[in-house]
Amino acid sequence: MPRFPKPPEGSWTRHYPELGTGPVSYDDSIDPEFYEREKRAIFKRAWLHVGRVEQLPRTGSHFTKTIHAANASVIVVRDKDGTVRAFHNICRHRGNKLVWNEDPTLDVEGSCRQFTCKYHGWRYGLDGKLNFIQQEGEFFDVDKSKYGLAPVHCDVWAGFIFVNLADEPAQSLRDFLGPMVTALEGYPFDKMTSRFGYSTEIKANWKLYMDAFAEFYHAPILHAKQSPEKFSVAAAQAGFEAPHYQLDGPHRLVSTSGIRFWELDAESVKPVDALTRSGLFGPWDKPDLGPMPPGVNPANCDPWGLDSFQLFPNFVILIWSQGWYITYQYWPTSYNTHVFEGSAYFLPATNVRERVAQEMAAVTFKEFALQDSNTLEATQTMLETRYVDHFLLNDQEILCRHLHKVVGDWVEEYEGAAR
Amino acid sequence: MTAYLPEEFADLEPFAAKWCLPTEHERHHTRLASTMEEMQALYDAAMPRAEQAMAYLEKLPYDALPDDALNLLHLLYSMIQVSFPVEVWHQPKVPDTGSAAFDCFIEPTP
Repeated sequence: MPRFPKPPEGSWTRHYPELGTGPVSYDDSIDPEFYEREKRAIFKRAWLHVGRVEQLPRTGSHFTKTIHAANASVIVVRDKDGTVRAFHNICRHRGNKLVWNEDPTLDVEGSCRQFTCKYHGWRYGLDGKLNFIQQEGEFFDVDKSKYGLAPVHCDVWAGFIFVNLADEPAQSLRDFLGPMVTALEGYPFDKMTSRFGYSTEIKANWKLYMDAFAEFYHAPILHAKQSPEKFSVAAAQAGFEAPHYQLDGPHRLVSTSGIRFWELDAESVKPVDALTRSGLFGPWDKPDLGPMPPGVNPANCDPWGLDSFQLFPNFVILIWSQGWYITYQYWPTSYNTHVFEGSAYFLPATNVRERVAQEMAAVTFKEFALQDSNTLEATQTMLETRYVDHFLLNDQEILCRHLHKVVGDWVEEYEGAAR
Repeated sequence: MTAYLPEEFADLEPFAAKWCLPTEHERHHTRLASTMEEMQALYDAAMPRAEQAMAYLEKLPYDALPDDALNLLHLLYSMIQVSFPVEVWHQPKVPDTGSAAFDCFIEPTP
């Protein structure tokens, strides 16, 4: 008997019949040629999250973002009127990279009144306009108004900055995000500015790490040793079931039930968790974040653990019931490598106990993420041997099935339209 | 020699030079470069004193902790860092992680 009711079709997967229930192939994660198709069909066409507005506190604050999978480097800047704008990071004169320090392959952040090219000193305003040409009289009838920085479509939702590298995006950002994701509006992302950020290079296709965080079927097994034996044995026997899954267009969501660690007996909790009153699920003493928007805990689970919102293609917002949130981002650098960025966000601590609880949650998050990453290289290398080419997914892995299906659909649809 | 820690916590002074580290990067790398005996010693000394340390630090202005208090807070962070090898892994590194490493590029201060 399932612990939580399933949809009338008998399973979450059959509730979305377009997904099918058969074995799947991971050719989309081991084929260099498919990666090229994915770049054209997805990363040059979808809205991509590149940062938060808090990274641009003032007029002239900016950062650069290299997006290998779209073959792009983008400058994101706050203009005088407060608007967040994005431009291709290239000087219109001879094509030099405009904003960089020391090493042109590395991203930078900073603040300036205008952008000046290191090469011949051409200057651009924060609105991208070409303001100054060194020895302008030596050029031939230049109309400066035609040589501003090449703009990139840029929009902000709930403080998250997105860019779109298409000439004309097929949808506005809001339409792209759809009702399931935009129902998160009103969550106090803007107040939760205390950030622990981590990054790492992973030797596996970006979708395989998305899959790793898209299902919790692995949790009682892979993470068993992170808990006292009494807890982990019970967890492995019970297995994992989520009370709620939801798909909305290319995006997907899982809600989980919670555990009241502070009600467990001492043998089930690590001593340092009890001391810091914190751990994997976050601080035990939950801050008051005010009323939650309807998108949070959409199935009204009680006790509720978390919602993992997986935004197509490569961004995850994971909201914990204990009043903090995590983001994951997966930036492909080749068919079998990507850069992973994970951040944990809290309300700024107002005292030492709150801060210690945040430290404990952040350190625990990193320990778990390291365990989650350790299977990826092992999976990638074996998939690439190509001796086995179809694999089973269960109902708790519906979101993995959905990601690979949507990726395939976007590639098919784009190539079909181009034919 | 100047003490790192408030005098009430002189018993933790032997651990201070090595473990009062302001960044996660330093704490994590010190963990990886330490023996289990060294980390067990820090854990055994700091865990029973941690509640008193938090009570001591709570009485000071959180936004303007004096240096010795800040060192004490950083020592608590190191205690959390080593608690994983000591309580969970029985080795400095997360098992089976191969060459995987997460670089902490931003964290709150203090």
